Amino acid sequence: MTNTDSQVNELVLPAAEPEFVRRHSFIELSARERAMTFFDSGTARELLGSFDRIESPWLPLQDVTPQADDGCVVIRGKIGAENAVVVALEGAFQGGSVGEVSGMKCAAALDLATRDNERGVKTNAILLLETGGVRLQEANLGLAVTAEVMASIMNLRKHVPVVCVIAGTVGCFGGMSLAVGLASYIVMTREARLGMNGPEVIEQEAGVDEFDSKDKALIWAINGGDQRYQTGLVDFLVEDAVEKIVDATRACLKMGVPREHRSAKVGLFRKRVEALNPSAVWDNPSKLRESWTKEAQP
Amino acid sequence: MEVLEFTYPAKRKIESRAHVGVVGSGNLEVLLESSTDAVSHVRVRTSVNGFHDTWKAVLDRFFARFDGAVNIEINDAGASPGIVMLRLQQAVEKVEQ
Repeated sequence: MTNTDSQVNELVLPAAEPEFVRRHSFIELSARERAMTFFDSGTARELLGSFDRIESPWLPLQDVTPQADDGCVVIRGKIGAENAVVVALEGAFQGGSVGEVSGMKCAAALDLATRDNERGVKTNAILLLETGGVRLQEANLGLAVTAEVMASIMNLRKHVPVVCVIAGTVGCFGGMSLAVGLASYIVMTREARLGMNGPEVIEQEAGVDEFDSKDKALIWAINGGDQRYQTGLVDFLVEDAVEKIVDATRACLKMGVPREHRSAKVGLFRKRVEALNPSAVWDNPSKLRESWTKEAQP
Repeated sequence: MEVLEFTYPAKRKIESRAHVGVVGSGNLEVLLESSTDAVSHVRVRTSVNGFHDTWKAVLDRFFARFDGAVNIEINDAGASPGIVMLRLQQAVEKVEQ
């Protein structure tokens, strides 16, 4: 018997290929590839790309190999026929840490968008954050520039929604988690984590009884995307698939500037913190979900 | 961190440029662009010291097959020789498309 075309196709493409194999993962992409997925085709152009060689002057002095874009990718173009800027931090380079250069690229990109909006040219902004926070090798400069990023988000969010995407697997920690708190909308996956201090830092400072950084179930029950979504700290929880993340982000842009930003709801969050009993044992993450969602619905 | 420099003879001009890779653990980034003289220049910044001979062996093999005049800048975070060769070939594939 000879091989027909259909027999060959059957061998190459089994019909029962599971959905997760065909899915186009967002997490597996580099920062540059991630940023590119959002744009209308043929409209994207990178600002201060690798060949501009705006890299960290501080890392080589400390015997650390720098990266030509300092781990921050800035791309301008059109998303849904509107102007947009996407800033992506590369989690694989120094844990996505924010240095003087990478942080300033981020802040300057947001400020450019603010200037455009002030001149009547609507420009949306999306931040793709995979970061452990401030780069320790650049200490105070990293802290200062994180404050710049936060100020830039505050200025821009008056004009257009600022959307933050935390896809994983690094997650978003440290100073940049505070910046995320200022965002108009936050999109997360189940794999991603969001928190101020990382699990290792908490264990180191407060002891393993307080937080066991080897207990992955515990970490995700507190910092994981699902818990952050169920407690109302995140707006969209999506699967790790390019189309789903892009769709959710575009939906955020369509929703426009929220009437009240999450970070402006000081009364709500103060009440929540006051109601917490710090000596109680929280053996189940769903308890926090229940108490917070109950009170959130008036 | 160690900085290594190499030069290789070249036969033809390369018009475009390519960037591949990321400076992540066990990985590297390669910036490849055309050289202004008829010689290829390679500058390596690597996080692992003491591997000059290994870098030379990998680059000797690469330039035994590739004769374009290029400037190559490598930022390395401890990639193995196999990964280095793959990244170089990936960059060449991009400029020769």
